[in-house]
Amino acid sequence: MAVEIQVRVNGKTHDSRVEPRLLLVHYLRDVLGLTGTHIGCETSLCGACTVLLDGKAVKSCTVLAVQADGSEVTTIEGLAAQAPGNGAKGGLHPVQEGFWEKHGLQCGYCTPGMILTSVQLLEDNPDPSEAEIRRALAGNLCRCTGYQHIIEAVRYAAKKMSKGKR
Amino acid sequence: MIPAAFEYHVPKTLEETLRLLERHGDEAKVLAGGHSLLPLMKLRLAAPRYVIDIGRLRGMSYIREENGQIAIGALTTHADLESSALLLMRCPLLPETAAEIGDVQVRNRGTLGGSLAHADPAGDYPASILALDAEIIAASTAGTRTICARDFFVDMLTTQLRPGEILSQVRVPPLAPRTGAAYCKLHQPASGFAIVGVAARLTLGKGGKIDSAAVGITGVGPKAYRAAAVEKALRGKKPSPKLLADAARHAAQGVEPLSDLHASAEYRREMAAVFTRRALERAIARAQGKKA
Amino acid sequence: MAMRYIGKPLKRKEDPRLIQGLGHYVDDLQLAGMHYTGFVRSPHAHARIRSIDTSKARTAAGVVLVLTGADLQGAIGPVPCAAQLPDMKLALRPVLAHDRVRFVGEPVALVVATERYAARDATDLVEVDYEPLTPVVNPEKALEKGCTVLHEQYSDNIAYRWELEGGDLAKAFKAADKVIRQRLVNQRLIPVAMEPRGVVADYKPGEKQLTVWSSTQIPHLLRTQLAVMLGVPESSVHVITPEVGGGFGSKLNVYPEEALVGYLAMRLGQPVKWIESRRENFLCTIHGRDQIDDVEVAVKRDGTVLGLRCKVIADLGAYYQLLTPLIPTLTGLMICGCYKIPAVRMEITGVFTNKMATDAYRGAGRPEATYIIERMMDLVAAELKKDPAEVRRKNFPQPKDFPYATPTGVTYDSANYQKSLELALRNSNYKRLRQEQAKLRRQGRYIGIGLSTYVEICAMGPSSAMPAGGWESATVRVEPTGKVNILTGSSPHGQGQETSFAQIGADVLGLEPDDINVVHGDTARVPYGIGTFGSRATAVGGTAVYKSLVKLRDKLAQIAGHLMGEAPQKLVFRQKRIISKATKKSIAFGEAVGAAYVAKTLPPGLEPGLDATTFFEPSNFTFPFGVHVCVVEVDADTGDVKLQKYVAVDDCGNVLNPLLVDGQVHGGIVQAVGQALLEEAVYDEHGQLITGELMDYAIPRAADIPWLETSRTVTPSPVNPLGLKGVGEAGTIGATPALLNAVVDALAPFGVRHLDMPVKRERVWQLMRKGRRAK
Repeated sequence: MAVEIQVRVNGKTHDSRVEPRLLLVHYLRDVLGLTGTHIGCETSLCGACTVLLDGKAVKSCTVLAVQADGSEVTTIEGLAAQAPGNGAKGGLHPVQEGFWEKHGLQCGYCTPGMILTSVQLLEDNPDPSEAEIRRALAGNLCRCTGYQHIIEAVRYAAKKMSKGKR
Repeated sequence: MIPAAFEYHVPKTLEETLRLLERHGDEAKVLAGGHSLLPLMKLRLAAPRYVIDIGRLRGMSYIREENGQIAIGALTTHADLESSALLLMRCPLLPETAAEIGDVQVRNRGTLGGSLAHADPAGDYPASILALDAEIIAASTAGTRTICARDFFVDMLTTQLRPGEILSQVRVPPLAPRTGAAYCKLHQPASGFAIVGVAARLTLGKGGKIDSAAVGITGVGPKAYRAAAVEKALRGKKPSPKLLADAARHAAQGVEPLSDLHASAEYRREMAAVFTRRALERAIARAQGKKA
Repeated sequence: MAMRYIGKPLKRKEDPRLIQGLGHYVDDLQLAGMHYTGFVRSPHAHARIRSIDTSKARTAAGVVLVLTGADLQGAIGPVPCAAQLPDMKLALRPVLAHDRVRFVGEPVALVVATERYAARDATDLVEVDYEPLTPVVNPEKALEKGCTVLHEQYSDNIAYRWELEGGDLAKAFKAADKVIRQRLVNQRLIPVAMEPRGVVADYKPGEKQLTVWSSTQIPHLLRTQLAVMLGVPESSVHVITPEVGGGFGSKLNVYPEEALVGYLAMRLGQPVKWIESRRENFLCTIHGRDQIDDVEVAVKRDGTVLGLRCKVIADLGAYYQLLTPLIPTLTGLMICGCYKIPAVRMEITGVFTNKMATDAYRGAGRPEATYIIERMMDLVAAELKKDPAEVRRKNFPQPKDFPYATPTGVTYDSANYQKSLELALRNSNYKRLRQEQAKLRRQGRYIGIGLSTYVEICAMGPSSAMPAGGWESATVRVEPTGKVNILTGSSPHGQGQETSFAQIGADVLGLEPDDINVVHGDTARVPYGIGTFGSRATAVGGTAVYKSLVKLRDKLAQIAGHLMGEAPQKLVFRQKRIISKATKKSIAFGEAVGAAYVAKTLPPGLEPGLDATTFFEPSNFTFPFGVHVCVVEVDADTGDVKLQKYVAVDDCGNVLNPLLVDGQVHGGIVQAVGQALLEEAVYDEHGQLITGELMDYAIPRAADIPWLETSRTVTPSPVNPLGLKGVGEAGTIGATPALLNAVVDALAPFGVRHLDMPVKRERVWQLMRKGRRAK
């Protein structure tokens, strides 16, 4: 028994008929073809599937697509367009830029989730300390980087975003 | 990773929800934030025939003062509790507890009602709900009833909620004057759940003696409990480090602690004492107006 | 060659696609008509399969095929093992079990459906009737007489015995003032690459071409093995590794699912996808380590180590994977660590148990060796009441001793251990840490300081010392427009060779990194390669790249020299021009390239085109080394261990890109924190993996780690022209014993001389309680 849903993803509205059990992450990846959101576990622990749902970081493997009906989703593919001043002209979000500048990724699999969680962190706390960044990333596992360059990436973005606001 | 198929209902009103629950009984599961239910369904440890999504019910997510109490809607997320200005001022124990749950993403979705109704023996809220002498409001087609926190938790994953009932609201008293409360937790290193979680609420009398003490403990036994022996050892006494430490030793009295991969029964018993002492120390300091 | 890019912290070329979600991992591939497969896996550690009823699954919605092991008899060859040791028993694993299962998670049947969700549903509908057999879980019990035997054709569970002896051990132990003994357990670990495994296969019957996309570290070896397993010509198999989301050795293997998905695509004429769940990843992707080491060290009173004897029981699991039996032998080769130990003896017993196979996991045999020797050095220091640094210093070979041959038969290329140690002690302010420790102990706080001086073996080659192929290939092709393609046989999965190889290319040819495109992981595009593992991609693969670049530069110099009327050996390549050192005359790089293709103005006898291939085989391994110092604090109430400070001095020879090297070191150290403090794959007495999910198996999180203070010394390796050693595993190898030594040091006031990994808080709490009671 399929259900009609309407979800706005990265600024574009999608009307879909989905099985109620379809996970949001599978909806994004398999139905909409937005494969930048990854799947790394089934117990809501690794954070690879993190997206912004109505502006808040959530694990899209633990949300049904039907629960996102009427909501707005931002995935890694749509993040840059939301960066202040970027608009439709492309470029990178400051957090993406930080990850590139500071070598915040190796295999890249956890990266989209890391970036989106960091985006929410910087919205809540524009100048986080090292300890605050580490705590905010509790729900995102990385097996490659040892996290240090990720911390530097978030700091880079914080600095850049605060300059942009001044 | 993939849940079994189910029939999906998304009621618009509480009344409709309750009718659906009445009709489908045990075969239905209520979906709120989904952070207790969906992981179980994805591992196929749960495969309900009907899922009733209450996430769209209006007016179920709020934190407000009502008749001298703070009323919290069942759909209020952990993140909302964590950052609520009202709670931070009047009942900071709940934000302190909420902040210890999972991670940012989980706190953005998980709800107070869902977590309590799930009654995970390692969940965080039960300790604080007990220490606060909270009231839990259950709604059904027959009307609502109030369950006090002490009666709510029955056993592992089992509460007083009857088939056809839904947890609709939690009521907590604001902290009284000269009262301090604290939640201290030993995390399970992988999942972040509580191996031991202790919530303490202490009120000092005018002479500086402990007037009332409430200690809720989660993680240790199959259900969260009030540490009556600890409370008794504190009541009417002048707080001192030794008193708190001695009282804390009774933390697991009368409880058969759980034993698993992450902590033996013996270790849980001992850690119950350690974290009870820590929670008491912090609560006392706060009651005395110190920063802790 | 002007070093404009080599050695510089260049941002990675691979990142723009990865930070925008534009990279493609296996599960991101979507082909028309894609089918999905799911596996039915044994819930028993050891059982006979009585019967399998597939009737319900076959008729379920969307299901197109259900197969059991019996259906596949003779159709697909067994899972390959490349390692061969003398007297090693064979234990061939069928791709689907057909009469007996030997570990929880072993696949017994599969379903194929037109939808991902339908395939998952149908796996629940296959009914298997098992007759449970006694599971063999404990490797020591597995060796006892009368124990149930896993492989019925044999009389016991011993897979092999392997011995290595060098020097006069009897003399060493006779001359010793003291013999120090300890049993050390190196626990079983789960690699947990963030991307689980996955396979997509597509077959074109007209062209007889099978294309397999797999999340693997070894595309070419996989292609060869798939051809053998499926009985098709290797020329009909094409393996592509898209983005690979981490490996750590767990994807240095050939798995049943890879062959099965390929087989299904051929049989059905439809593309087929399989994506591993995390649960499956825990159960049926290789595990790491799992050794019990009984060690004896003979020492003089002054701390001189005379000899070492070690008996190893290596729990191999139920079957061999690609390199399973070989891994413990690497422990043997490196058991002397960075010390002059004149006599050693290793005895390794490989044992079958009802568990998933162990195999190469970051470090593969060397973390075990380093852990053994570094724990023993601390025990020696404790026993002789000397500072751990002093005992180490006493036993180092001197810089003039290199190349230094160990009694285990390997020759360390180059090192200066003294320099690293002094730098690490200085950077960590070691003396002050000791004072601080004494002060805090008086306050009832327990910090521990841990030291490890390590040497490892990497840049895997030469071939004589490898199971198959100790070389690496590279083709460099300058295209007619002057852009360069570097085709490497190494197949990186996070290490960043698209950047570091472009840095080499830019410097050799005098171009910009953006002019250079690095292609990897596609067997139809790049020449046969061995793969990325054993910290070899840069030192061996990078050298092959360098040599091919030099060949091309020499050819271009001939062409340019001919055009310019200059001697080719007088030409230098700089800023996209080819310049005469003598006359300062120059031509554009592109002009010489054009001449090579247009081929009207070539020197007589020179072939047209610009394409060079090298198969580089090093003459020896390389031996990176370093010193790690860390500080932990133990919570006296709970036994919780908190890592507070970490100082690392590593030497990986010359460095192509310091940013990438730091990243490897950080990641390596944090994986060691996992082994030391958090991780353990626990099977219960029934052979059930009770740490079967991330809910119960903790890997380090950001908040578990302090700021890592890293620095380097540079001792170039003489075995390759760029002086590279490799750095992929060093962090893990060096850090694990440093962490344990710190914990033991913290617990010294409680009379603790050793505890096993992972350091669980409850164990620490017990030891502290015991120590307090003893006082």
